[in-house]
Amino acid sequence: MSTLSLTTSIVDATGRMLAKYTPREKINWGRLGVISVPSVWLFVFFFVPFLVVFKISFAESEIAIPPYSDLMNWDAEDTFLSIKLSLANYIFLFEDALYLDAYWSSVKIAGVATIITLIVAFPMAYLIARSEPNKRNLLLMLVVVPFWTSFLLRIYAWMGFLNKNGLINQGLMAIGIIDEPLIMMQTDFAVYIGIVYAYLPLMILPLYTALEKMDMTLIEAASDLGATPTQSFIKITLPLAVPGIIAGCMLVFIPAVGEFVIPSLLGGSDTLMIGRVLWDEFFQNRDWPMAAAVATVMLVMLLLPIMLVSDGQDKKEEA
Amino acid sequence: MKKTSKFLTSSSILGFLFLYAPIVSLIVYSFNSSKLVTIWGGWSIKWYGKLFENEQIIEAAMLSFKIAFITSCLAVILGTMAGFVLARMGRFKGKMILSGWISAPLVMPEVITGLSLLLLFVALENTFGWPAGRGTNTIIIAHTTFCLAYVAVIVQSRLSMLDETLEEAAMDLGAKPSSLFFLVTMPLIAPALVSGWLLSFTLSLDDLVIASFVSGPGSSTLPMVIYSKVRMGVTPEINALATLMILIVALGVVAAMVIMKRQHRLNKELKE
Repeated sequence: MSTLSLTTSIVDATGRMLAKYTPREKINWGRLGVISVPSVWLFVFFFVPFLVVFKISFAESEIAIPPYSDLMNWDAEDTFLSIKLSLANYIFLFEDALYLDAYWSSVKIAGVATIITLIVAFPMAYLIARSEPNKRNLLLMLVVVPFWTSFLLRIYAWMGFLNKNGLINQGLMAIGIIDEPLIMMQTDFAVYIGIVYAYLPLMILPLYTALEKMDMTLIEAASDLGATPTQSFIKITLPLAVPGIIAGCMLVFIPAVGEFVIPSLLGGSDTLMIGRVLWDEFFQNRDWPMAAAVATVMLVMLLLPIMLVSDGQDKKEEA
Repeated sequence: MKKTSKFLTSSSILGFLFLYAPIVSLIVYSFNSSKLVTIWGGWSIKWYGKLFENEQIIEAAMLSFKIAFITSCLAVILGTMAGFVLARMGRFKGKMILSGWISAPLVMPEVITGLSLLLLFVALENTFGWPAGRGTNTIIIAHTTFCLAYVAVIVQSRLSMLDETLEEAAMDLGAKPSSLFFLVTMPLIAPALVSGWLLSFTLSLDDLVIASFVSGPGSSTLPMVIYSKVRMGVTPEINALATLMILIVALGVVAAMVIMKRQHRLNKELKE
């Protein structure tokens, strides 16, 4: 879909350019400048870096500065150019169970957390979309404020909250539900909580946008025709919310797969997530080529969902 | 107004509790006089005093504020250009690619962005000798890159909400493109610029992962210092710091929203 629309747009644009820029016409330098400044910046600092990562994933780790081997060697005497690509990183990545397990468990954790986030967010978004304008603004603000406050500190807040002696355990013990404090910190449970918590606003906002546009008379019509609330929810509300659901899920799932802060602060040593593996590969083992290979595979894995987000953005723009 | 169902109300209340309970507990515990962070020892503000005596934290905070300030200025300039290009310049070659480059950083896992930028900086340094070493400058470049995407999205959506007649009128009256932008378009999108700047500032101030990759020795930002302290567990000083930061941001957001609402009302009255 995206490639198709890309091709058509390029063809279209070229046609327009040819039609517009007859030789007599001067090039509009101002327009060109405004287009090229941000484009060049993003090309150099967003696109090229991926090529560099891809390249270095074929290097070998070395004890040097920088700690990787050169891919190309130019022997001036023999005028001999040798290119050495090492596939060792990728072979290791697919043979060592650690990496595959980490990819799988990241996708699993991020996927489950995304679904929980959706379930928590939906009634909130629905309530906000259906409430009176004044109340709606207040509720939206309550959703947005945590989104603006520090991600790191919000995760940190849960460290104290989930602690063995933290408020949850103290509260539960005070009302006599449990006798012994629950171990919640440094478990996968804490990681799920952290992801749902940190990304909840990112799910609520697109859901709200989709639900707000919904025409309430549809629901009334359905109930007049004898639909139960459940039926009209499944047949009307849910399908109309689909764009919001997709957008929200992508906004949560993609960054959650590569999440580092949450598993490192709330997870246990056995919580395997690929963002953490990459971090350790880079900072602890100082194996830059391996880290690059891990990043390349992660990027390939996430390419499809990322393109889905871009596509949604384009559609919104055209609408 | 139709009555909202009990299920909807109660699950939403639980949701908001979930959003706010940890923050409230953190704020309350920052006033705990006991050094043991989980045991209540009475009210006290001594950790705030300790916080301001901690030179490492103050220094890191100053550096973070400096980086966030420069980043948000750069991001607003570049992001406004990008948002304007996408919303107002019609179709051109590569527009789809540019719009992809703007939406991708919003979801890109930070570890990938951080690692790729670091490797780029190292490669550039080896090839061109620039940037010489890593530190404040490389962090600013990295932060600007992802913040400009946010600004571009905000500006683009603001521009697409505005109707173009005002700009067309100015053009008909003979305004040059540059004066058209600075005298007509920019005042119209001022709220978007302000919120883009503020969002960039908080995003930059908050970033741990990308900064850790691209910073050099001696340039530890505030999140890097916080992270190194909290890895081992909860400390009362960080509770105090967190409370200050959360309160500042919350006040800022509430103020910004009140201002924007007033602006909105003004615009509406003007239209009528």
